Order: sequence, then structure tokens, then C-alpha cells
Amino acid sequence: MNNSAHNVLDTFPKLLIDNALRIGNKPAVREKEYGIWQSWSWSEVKINIFEFAAGLHTLGFSPGDKIAIVGRNRPRLYWTITAAQCLGGIPVPVYADSVAEEMEYVLDHAEVRFVLAEDQEQVDKVLEVADRLPKLDQIIYDDVRGVRDYDRTKLHDFTDVQKLGRDALAQNPTMLDAQIAAGKGSDVGIFLYTSGTTGKPKGVVLSNDNIIVTSRNSVKIDQLTADEEVLSYLPLAWVGDHIFSHGQAYVAGFCINCPESEETVSTDLREIGPTYYFAPPRVFEGILTHVMIRMEDASKSKQKIFNYFMKVARKVGVDILDGKSVSAGDRLKYWLGNLLIYAPLKNTMGFSRIKLAYTAGEAIGPEIFDFFRSLGINIKQLYGQTEASVFITMQPNGQVYADTVGVPAPDVEINITDEGEVIYRSPGVFLSYYKNEEATRETKNAEGWVMTGDAGYFDENGHLKIIDRAKDVGRLNDGSMFAPKYLENKLKFFSQIKEVVTFGDQREFVTAFINIDLDAVGNWAERNNIAYASYLELAGHPEVYKMMAENIEQTNADLATDSKMSGSQIHRFLILHKELDPDDGEMTRTRKVRRSVIFDRYDVLINALYDGSESAHIKTEVTFEDGRTGTIEADVSIMEAKTFSAVSKSA
Amino acid sequence: MNTAENTSEALLSLKNISLSFGGVKALTDISFDIKKGEIRAIIGPNGAGKSSMLNVINGFYHPQEGEVWFNGNLRGSLKPHEIARQGIARTFQNIALFKGMSTLDNLMTGRITKMHANIFWQAIWKGKAEREELEHREKVEHIIDFLEIQAIRKTPVGRLPYGLQKRVELGRALAAESKLLLLDEPMAGMNVEEKEDMCRFVLDVHEEFGTTIALIEHDMGVVMDIADRVVVLDYGRKIGDGFPDEIRADQNVIDAYLGVSHD
Repeated sequence: MNNSAHNVLDTFPKLLIDNALRIGNKPAVREKEYGIWQSWSWSEVKINIFEFAAGLHTLGFSPGDKIAIVGRNRPRLYWTITAAQCLGGIPVPVYADSVAEEMEYVLDHAEVRFVLAEDQEQVDKVLEVADRLPKLDQIIYDDVRGVRDYDRTKLHDFTDVQKLGRDALAQNPTMLDAQIAAGKGSDVGIFLYTSGTTGKPKGVVLSNDNIIVTSRNSVKIDQLTADEEVLSYLPLAWVGDHIFSHGQAYVAGFCINCPESEETVSTDLREIGPTYYFAPPRVFEGILTHVMIRMEDASKSKQKIFNYFMKVARKVGVDILDGKSVSAGDRLKYWLGNLLIYAPLKNTMGFSRIKLAYTAGEAIGPEIFDFFRSLGINIKQLYGQTEASVFITMQPNGQVYADTVGVPAPDVEINITDEGEVIYRSPGVFLSYYKNEEATRETKNAEGWVMTGDAGYFDENGHLKIIDRAKDVGRLNDGSMFAPKYLENKLKFFSQIKEVVTFGDQREFVTAFINIDLDAVGNWAERNNIAYASYLELAGHPEVYKMMAENIEQTNADLATDSKMSGSQIHRFLILHKELDPDDGEMTRTRKVRRSVIFDRYDVLINALYDGSESAHIKTEVTFEDGRTGTIEADVSIMEAKTFSAVSKSA
Repeated sequence: MNTAENTSEALLSLKNISLSFGGVKALTDISFDIKKGEIRAIIGPNGAGKSSMLNVINGFYHPQEGEVWFNGNLRGSLKPHEIARQGIARTFQNIALFKGMSTLDNLMTGRITKMHANIFWQAIWKGKAEREELEHREKVEHIIDFLEIQAIRKTPVGRLPYGLQKRVELGRALAAESKLLLLDEPMAGMNVEEKEDMCRFVLDVHEEFGTTIALIEHDMGVVMDIADRVVVLDYGRKIGDGFPDEIRADQNVIDAYLGVSHD
């Protein structure tokens, strides 16, 4: 980077001015309002941002001040990010669904002086905690509805602030120029608070360079242009949205589209037809389920055509997408399928124009992944973190696999520690955690390497495979690695299995508890004339055990081909007599298994899995939804599963 | 609330109203008024005559005795189309939407009294008819935005859950841009969350558009929270009238609600 040049585009305000000059007439932001997509060009966006920035300045916003941004994805909220940076200030986006206390923590910790709140709901939350925030000075809102009668001394309408700015700019048109020119790439650009699933949220301090360099690299490698369309629907406070809807949009100059409301996202997606799209795995899963349910309601002949062409797509779709050789006959069939099924289907899903889709955050089921790819939708995985400005690894075109997350992103170095933890170093690496030196030191070492906390390894193709949180990874007695979540995810991809807990750390072999999915298995039982009265009865049915044994066998066969995981094949399993339940403390409210509780409550069953017995008697206390408690008693049978000797992958 | 204090001018006054169906006396000698810009609640136990009262207010029933003054004019007996055009909109206790039509179309019907192009121009959708419809659509879109029903804009109303249907009905009444809005048990049959939402909307309508609202409601908690003044009916008679706090302390009202026997 040549920092001596005057016109280096190393901050967002500079990028904004440049975009307004180069592609001033191209749309930069759209939002659906009153049923119509309204759009703002880059030059209009620049005027809006400058006016708001000047207004903030008039209200007393000075360099180094922080402004919290609370609300859903709306143009003015995005503009506030850049407006604050124009004044040398720091934007602090906050999750819109955080309750007042959570918000208080972030606003207090970040020492914000200003808050931009989307609407009455957010204003109310801020006001609720305002007297505990000594630094808080001014609140600005976007939507006036419901706040008309509020005390105005420290509360302002966005448009009023813009008007203040317009008047100030009329007096002194160059008032912002000096501060913008003084901005540097190494300056702090933004604070992004981690969602805080473990303990208090941490404020990740990212520089302008972090975001801009990472955005540039990713735009280049994925060949994104100013003509992309994205739907900005993920939380503003999440690093992913900041990169996809802000960083990359400014760097490439493409247009972001803000949905009309949270409930209309799928309709808006269809109307916009994005070319570039990001969604967590559960969104893709939801779309697939939706399609399948609707197909089941379709007429027999339609189902036949659908099934036939989906088979064709499964066979050759992925190869065609990856540019591999496919026979002319299959190509013809695929072409016909595209005409009849794939294209209309993609249109209903809003994916007609998609060039590139990313998913990340969790493991995605191979069937889901392949379903979309076989339709010609180029969905890829990436692995990232807030601390890395998202990108750690990405999947290059043509080398996309469901179970790995790709190769290091440009300029990213990755290493695996002796304990198996993934560490990295990149231009996107955060400066520090705000006001938390201890955590910064624990996470980032002196050479700039960052601990991800994830355990993983590179497979034979050189692609990174993430298996579990490093602290959960254990060892079997023979020394081979045991990654419970990896195994559990693999099994949970079967629709009949709802939840799995695996055991194996410091044991001879791996065993598993299984929760069946009552909907899927119940449906199956109905079709096969298997009568049952309760979860307990269905879970204990020999046919259900047989079905689970087959699923596990299939998983074991798959594990046997993986040299690092072949030792983790599941030898014995049981189907739990009750569903794991947050009310009983067995899971968190977000449905993550609490291992320590399981170890405690079910030690009888765990012992039985290892002492060779064929069944075990268990008595557990359960809490009903209304808070009453009762006990369930059952004899749970234990079954052996077929295991395979390790084979090397024939790929 | 301050709006009610600022303008003490009555939008509607009822003087000594009596209404009977054959020998059944539904309302007996009732007088009260609704001031511009207030939320006025009408409460009472089952069969107290609340809905009859509402029908008298909007002109659907013509009382045998007494006077109705609306917007400064003494009202005579009205024909249905005159009722619709006088500037009073209402929602119904048992939802009266066009179930096969979309939310958007239902709201558009709220604008019908304000459409002036004749059937010919409407049919070919040119000139005035087109301009008119676009204007009305814009108004309706503001209401959709206001009530946060964007996601069901194109959904047939019959497929919506009850709480949303109630909201659409409120939307249709709002679309008429009336001087007086009558809500007949807007929260009946709703769960707590839906009730809270509806309260929020009623308050927001009042604040945003300054609409005068007359509200019939069973849920005392809701009434006491959102109404400026309350009138209480029982067996067709007025047994209380005043601010929520007064009503709450009124022995007659407590008796009526707790079911003290009528001698």
C-alpha cells in the first residue's frame, strides 16, 4: 500500500466520494417502501451522508466519538456508519433484538455519546437505560411514528439533523473535507460486538484497512462488479453484513437492497433476484424443506417430472457447474430439465440471477448443499470470524466440497497448533478487543497470530476441515482424535435423527445417545403400520432401532474413509427414552446440548454403553411446560453398530 | 391526552337517546358526548347495549327518541350510502372483511366512498380513474406500512389468522380517513401479545392521525390503559361516565361487573 499518495482510497468516506464521481448515477441503495422499490444513486447517497454528517457535527459529534446504530437494515442506518467515519468518529452497530440490559452493556462499554435508533421500540429501549449511561448525549431516530410526543431536548429526527447539516454546509461547503482527508487506513473504523454466546460481548476493534483490504481481496477473487445486487437482511451488527453489505458494496460499487420488513424477506428476495447472496445453512435448509413440502402437494404427473429431472440434476448438475466433462446426452437432459424444472424453481426461490452464494457459520448438510449446486446455483462455503473481518478460508470455484471450508483466503496464513487448533494471520486481523487487553492477549499473540478456538485440519486436497470447538475435542484411549460435534452433525443430517450426544473422550471406543425426530419417524411409522402411543414407545421400537443402526452404519462407512476420523466410528448406541429438553436443563435455550448435565443425569446409561450390557434401567426427573415435575422410568436397550476397518479415500 | 384537553369541542353528542326493538328497550335515555381527538370507551357487561349504541352512533339505527349531533349538525334518518359518506368508519365485532380478496384489495374498498371517476373510466382505467387509483393506492400503502402488514399485502384475507384479520379490518376503517373511528371489540378473542399489539396500533392511530376513536371493549385492563374517558352501560342505561380512575372507583360500575343482583 502506498500511503503517501493523496488519493489513496483507504477509508469509506474516500471510497464514497470516489464512487459518487465514477459511478454517481448507478443505484447504491434500494429500499422497498410503500410497496415500491425506492432507490438512491451513489451521488444521492453521498449528499445524504454528508448532510447527516454535517448535522451530527452541529450537534457536537467530534472526532473519536462513538455512535451506536440500533435497528434493522435500512438505508439511513448504513449511511450513519459512513457519516460517523466522515467526522473521524466510530460507528458501533448493535443487535436490534437485544433487550435493554444487553444494549446497556454495549452502549456503556463502548462509551457511546450518540445513538441512532431505528424506531420507537429502539428509542424506548435506549431511554429505559439512558440514566445509567453517563456518556450518552443525543439520540436520533429514523422513524417518527410513536415518538412525536417524546421529550425533544435530546431526541432528534434524522431529517431534522440532515436539515441542520444542509444549512451548515450552505454556510461552509468544505466543512467536512479536512477531516475526511485526514482519515487513514490504519484508523479505527468500527466496533463490532460479538454476540456473546459465551459470557459478555466483546467489542472487536477493526481498522479501515481491515475491512477495506479484506473486501478488496474477496471482491477480486470472486470477480464481483458494480453490477451485483445483494439483499441486505442479516443483522447490521454482524461482521458478515458489514463486509457483504458495506465493505464489498463500497469497494465494488454494487447496490444493496433493504427489505420492506423482516417478514417480507422471501418476497423481496424474489423481486430483487440477487446476483450475490449470503445465508446461514438453516435458511437454505428452510428453502429446501419448503420446496419439498410444496412438491408433495403437487399432482402425480408433476411429481414424476420433478423427480425425474431432479435425478438428472443430482447425477450431472454439480459436474456441469464445476465445468467437468459430461456426456452430450446428459447435457441435453439437463438442458431440458432446466427449461421445465430448474429455471422455474430457481425463479420461485429468488435465485434466477445468482452468480455466487455463500454459506457459513455452521455445518451444512451435504444433501442440502448438493441440491442447490445441482440446480446450477453456485453456493460455496467460507470460514470466518469477526476477528478476521470474516474471511479465513473460501472455496475456489470448481473445488467445492460439503465437508470442508476451502483454502486460505487471499493474504491469509493458516497454521494448526500441536493441540489441533486452527490459528491464522491476515490483513483482516482485528486491532484489539475494546478495553479488554487480557482477552486480546489470549486471542492474538505478539506475531499477530489469532486463535480461532476451533479444532480442524487440512485434508489431502489442502482444504481446511473444521471439526469442533477446540475445547470439546478429546482423545480416545488409542490416541486418535475424538470430535463429538463433528460426529453429531454428521448423524443429525439424517432427517430421522433430531439430536445426538456422542461419548469417547478417554474411552476405548465411541458411543452415542440418539433422539429420534418424532415428526419424521412418526410419519414413517404411520406409513409402515407401526402403532405407537408415545415418544417412549416409538423410541424403543425394534424397527426404529434397526433404522438407526442403518444410519449409523452408513456414517461409520463414511468415517472409515477419513484417516483422521476412522477411529471415531460408533460402536454402540441407544435411543433415549425422552427428548432432550431445555426445560430440564439438558440443552440451552438455543438448543445446544449441555454435555456436563448429560454426563450427570445419564451416567447409568453411559456406563451401560461401555460395560457390554444389553439394556439399562433409568429413572429421570422431567419438568413439564407448566413447571410441574414428574419422573419417567424406562428400560432402554442398547445396540451394537457395524463398524468398518479404515480404508483410504479413493478420490 | 393533551389533544382532548386542548379541544373541548364535541365531535358527537348524544342527547336522551332511547332505542327499542318492538317491546324490547335496548337503550334508555342515554346522553354523552365524544370530544374531538379523544379515545372514548364504551363498556358494559354482555347485553348492556354497547353494540346498539355503536349502531346509533354511526346512523345504522335511528333512535325513537333523542338527538344525535355529529360534527355540528343534527342528524335525521339516513340512507345507507349517506351513512357511509358522513365520515364515520367502523370495525365489527365479528370481522366483516371480503374473505376471498387480498389485504390490499380489502383496504382499497375502504377508499371507495372517495372514488369519483365513473364506471366507464374505471373500466378502461385511463385518465382520472387511473390517477385516482394511484392516489388511493398510495394512501393505502401508508396504512399497510403503518400497521406493519406488508408481508400479507397480497394474501387472501380468509387465509390469515384471526389477529391479523382484525388488523386488516382496522386498516380498512383507517383507509376511509374518517372523522370518527368506531372500534367494536377490537381485542376480543386475542391473546395477550396480540392485544398489546392492537393497543399499540390504536394509540398510534390516535397520535399519528389525530383520529377521534370510540371503542367498545370487554377487557377492562385495556380500556383503563388507553381510553381518555369511559362511559359505562348496563341494561341499556348509562350507569357511569368519566375518567378511567373515577370509573374504576365507581360503586355502580363495580356492582354491574361483579354481578350484584338487580332488584
